[in-house]
Amino acid sequence: MKKLIALMLAVVMVVALGAFAPAASAETTVKAGFIFLHDENSTYDLNFINAAKEACENLGVEYLLKTGIPEGQECYDAAAELVDEGCNFIFADSFGHEPFLIQAAKEFPEVEFCHATGTQAHTVGLANYHNAFASIYEGRFLGGVAAGLKLNEMIESGAITEDQALVGYVGAFPYAEVVSGFTSFFLGVRYVCPSATMQVTFTNSWYDPTLEKEGAIKLISNGCVLLSEHADSMGAPTECESNGIPFVFYNGSAADACPNTFIVASRINWAPYMEFAMTCVANGEEIPADWTGTIATDSVLLTEVNEQAAAAGTVEKLEEVKAALLDGSLKVFDTATFTANGETLTEYLADVDDMGDFVPETNVIADGYFHESEYRSAPYFDLFIDGITNIDA
Amino acid sequence: MNNKTRTPLFHVSKRGLLPWYKAWAIRAAALLLALVACGVITSLVTGQNPIQVYAAIINGSFGSPRKIWVLLQNIAMLLCVSLAVTPAFRMRCWNLGAEGQALIGGLAAAACMILLGKTLPNWAVIACMCVASLAAGALWAAIPAVFKARWNTNETLFTLMMNYVATQLVAYYCVVWESPKGSGTIGVINPSTEIGWFPQIGSYKYLLNILIVAIVCVAMYIYLNYSKHGYEIAVVGESERTARYVGIKVDRVIIRTMLLSGAVCGLAGLLLVGSTNHTLTTTIVDGRGFTAVMVSWLAKFNPIWMILTSFLIVFLGRGSGEIATKFGLNRSFGDILTGLILFFIIGSEFFINYQIHFRKSGGKEG
Repeated sequence: MKKLIALMLAVVMVVALGAFAPAASAETTVKAGFIFLHDENSTYDLNFINAAKEACENLGVEYLLKTGIPEGQECYDAAAELVDEGCNFIFADSFGHEPFLIQAAKEFPEVEFCHATGTQAHTVGLANYHNAFASIYEGRFLGGVAAGLKLNEMIESGAITEDQALVGYVGAFPYAEVVSGFTSFFLGVRYVCPSATMQVTFTNSWYDPTLEKEGAIKLISNGCVLLSEHADSMGAPTECESNGIPFVFYNGSAADACPNTFIVASRINWAPYMEFAMTCVANGEEIPADWTGTIATDSVLLTEVNEQAAAAGTVEKLEEVKAALLDGSLKVFDTATFTANGETLTEYLADVDDMGDFVPETNVIADGYFHESEYRSAPYFDLFIDGITNIDA
Repeated sequence: MNNKTRTPLFHVSKRGLLPWYKAWAIRAAALLLALVACGVITSLVTGQNPIQVYAAIINGSFGSPRKIWVLLQNIAMLLCVSLAVTPAFRMRCWNLGAEGQALIGGLAAAACMILLGKTLPNWAVIACMCVASLAAGALWAAIPAVFKARWNTNETLFTLMMNYVATQLVAYYCVVWESPKGSGTIGVINPSTEIGWFPQIGSYKYLLNILIVAIVCVAMYIYLNYSKHGYEIAVVGESERTARYVGIKVDRVIIRTMLLSGAVCGLAGLLLVGSTNHTLTTTIVDGRGFTAVMVSWLAKFNPIWMILTSFLIVFLGRGSGEIATKFGLNRSFGDILTGLILFFIIGSEFFINYQIHFRKSGGKEG
């Protein structure tokens, strides 16, 4: 009897599947291949590796990871090998992978290629090549708010005067990605602590613990009472911890290593983009040439606030500001909140189309704010605003 | 004392020349032991089935036609650098600067592509690249060679330090020529015009490199074994005094050989930039300058054997990558296996050259 029921059920299923066959055939089975510059020992790549695993496991997608792929022909070879293995979605995580991934995209038009942090997708004219980034400036703005609250607490307690609210920032390179980051951080600080000013120093390296530590020492000796940074080592945070200087971090929490001074950190979560892109592949939908993840897509995340170092009420205030960013009532790069060379900006040409000419061609200011990461996903805010001093210049 | 003549548990003595089949039997036994040791360690540390791991290593090199091409291309590039260091090594001149010599050759090639790409026709740019790369590599080797010939400076340290100078120079020009602005990387050079890109033979991306290196390999074999220069190199390597006694100008041989060594390194840089990558980074040579030392030594400085030793090293390296992807193991695990296998292979040379005598059981009474 059971057998009979099973048989009937099977027949029903076959008929049902047959009936829905046209709909089912539009579904493509995704096999994903990922290319990483280093392995999990690099915090940068680890962030991507975790996201890749999470996204694939959420969607039940089969995947292959290739780690330690240099920014050269090896990247093309790795991509081509992944195609040979049957991957129809390929993702690479490092800026320098871009030209080699484009080379593969040209050769395999049936495979979708996605590249994090790149700039060329909107001009290269390939339907199967895409860039992505996140509006991490929103995360840094929130980090700035937390920092500003800490400054306010120090002013109220009499530890510093209003004029002494000097913030320090250790940056990697003086490029748009970093400039956009520290400007949004500074605007966040000033959003709650209007008297704040900032000093910036650059290490000219993405990862150099010694230089980052030295940068921190320099800033602290200049009188900075709070630090933040954009580089990939623990050099600056550990220096802050030993000097009792509160700081806001990037890429992940430092609460374990620096329990007394770590306030909060922002990071990019790549899983939403990966899930979105792979779902597009599965449904045969087009992936946009540029995709910018936001707080709303969960692409920009804050770590837990370290209550031991943060000012009282930080968590509540961050929730409030985050809500304002989400509903659009607050813009990070609101031109009313900053000046450059003493003037309010009404127009600014940025080099959005990366044609190798270095010629800025796109006006990115409209409706009273700078439209960061909207004309392409990678940042292009490269302006030094008033209140920020580059101490290396 | 009555045990004055006590013999040690074992002692080692130099062997006479072994017949070739015995030497190869020892090598084969070493390889077999290495595979067993790797298998045991694999199962203990990762819990994976060692047979599957070996299958993955082989698949990493031979799994598809593309993988075979990549394997051949990598062998060609490693072999090219190994061939470059060999004439110097035969002379007992330890050129550890192959990394820098290849890098500076690559820099010269990239400079021609970037600076002349807009003014000269393609064939002229490629001709300039060839001349510039070989000359730059030769120059980078000539500096330490002249110092060694004139003032007997230590070439090991000198060539080693020249690597860092080359790396920093390339790092500097990566910023000067960066594209797009702010990236700190050069990106693909002349992507639309493809000026300075070496021609592709049919649909085979890497065939040109492989052919060029094959020719260099045969030429180097003939040069070292059947030319007067090759003989002079061998004599200087055996004994500088003998060389002087028979009227060989040692200084000249040192400089000439290092020039050749550097020029072939420059060729490797040229092929990497002009033919394979079409870009320049500080890491483009990828440590081949140092791996080449091992390739050359393992093959006892014989260019033809070097095909085999560079195959071995590239094969193991590609296998490491495959294991990492297939089993989700860290790439370092593959490197550990590679290290183990090389340890056994190099160790086998000891047993080919030396014999171990154990104390005979009755020997105690001496």
